[in-house]
Amino acid sequence: MLVLVLGALVILGAIYAEPVPPEKTVVVLPRAVLQRPPDETVVVLPSADGHTGTVVVQRGGERHVLNQPFAASRLTGGKAEITQLSDAEVRQSFGVALEALPARPTTFLLYFITATDELTDESKGELKKILAALKQRAVPDIMVVGHTDTVGEPERNDLLSARRAERVKGFLIEIGIPSAQIQTAGRGERELLVPSADNVDEPRNRRVEINVR
Amino acid sequence: MRWTLLVCLSCFAAGVWAGDVGQIKAATGAVFLERQGERLPATLGMPVQESDTLVTGADGSAGVTFSDNSVLSVGPGSVLAIERYAFDSTTHNGHFDASLKKGTLAVVSGKMVKQSPDAMRVRTPSSIMGVRGTEFVVKVIEPGN
Repeated sequence: MLVLVLGALVILGAIYAEPVPPEKTVVVLPRAVLQRPPDETVVVLPSADGHTGTVVVQRGGERHVLNQPFAASRLTGGKAEITQLSDAEVRQSFGVALEALPARPTTFLLYFITATDELTDESKGELKKILAALKQRAVPDIMVVGHTDTVGEPERNDLLSARRAERVKGFLIEIGIPSAQIQTAGRGERELLVPSADNVDEPRNRRVEINVR
Repeated sequence: MRWTLLVCLSCFAAGVWAGDVGQIKAATGAVFLERQGERLPATLGMPVQESDTLVTGADGSAGVTFSDNSVLSVGPGSVLAIERYAFDSTTHNGHFDASLKKGTLAVVSGKMVKQSPDAMRVRTPSSIMGVRGTEFVVKVIEPGN
């Protein structure tokens, strides 16, 4: 009887014991696969103005100079080559990344009527286009810098340039750009767009620069 | 104790302001910034700092604008480390080292490259790219993918 009970216990113990972990499978990859470097492609693109710059790709002792539109340096299965891609091939491989590329930082100029913070008629028209362009940017980071010509006292021009910048900031706030994203500065007659002697009425110097990032 | 806390807080604040080198301008799908061992969800307008790593999921893409006006973006399944970045807005001198571990990257170089052509370098696992004022794209596909 005792032998039977003991026997049953041993059997139960065996059933409830933790299952033996299966033997670990070790996959041995061929050396070539383990050492294979990632495949890489580098392509130079023409910029918006049609100009193409240069990228120098250094890979070990090898050097690829890419300076033609859509020239590419490729590493496939450890083998490097210079090749030529098409616009369509680049779009297919890099479309999502290119889509996410932020709008390029840029500068807009607005001009003012002598001794005032009133825009010229031409700049009023320009302002509409600028505001439309700024609305396209999700989180614009803006620096507005006011300037004057050399007519009048430098101290008054400092104040006038600051007023011009503030006026433009007002236009930007009106279209919903948060005030915290707009910095202003007045540079008076210190940074002339068109160099001039003192007391010269120069319309191109009476301006505000809107730098957008 | 109170002083320690105060010192720590001021360090933190100084770090946040001194360290910003760029800003997230586009973020779609899963996008993260890895910073000092933490993984932060990247949102529009979020500052980017030197030593940050930009990571996107299989559905993710993101764009960043830097203080020297260079812009870059990454497509899905990408890991991009901003290893070194400095820019002096007065002299336009600086350096920009980024490393694409995997995925896709698009770059438009900025003011520091105009000032000195060797200022920007982009690395991949096998290559180093020197940038002479240009737009370019890079793709890294890990073996087995």
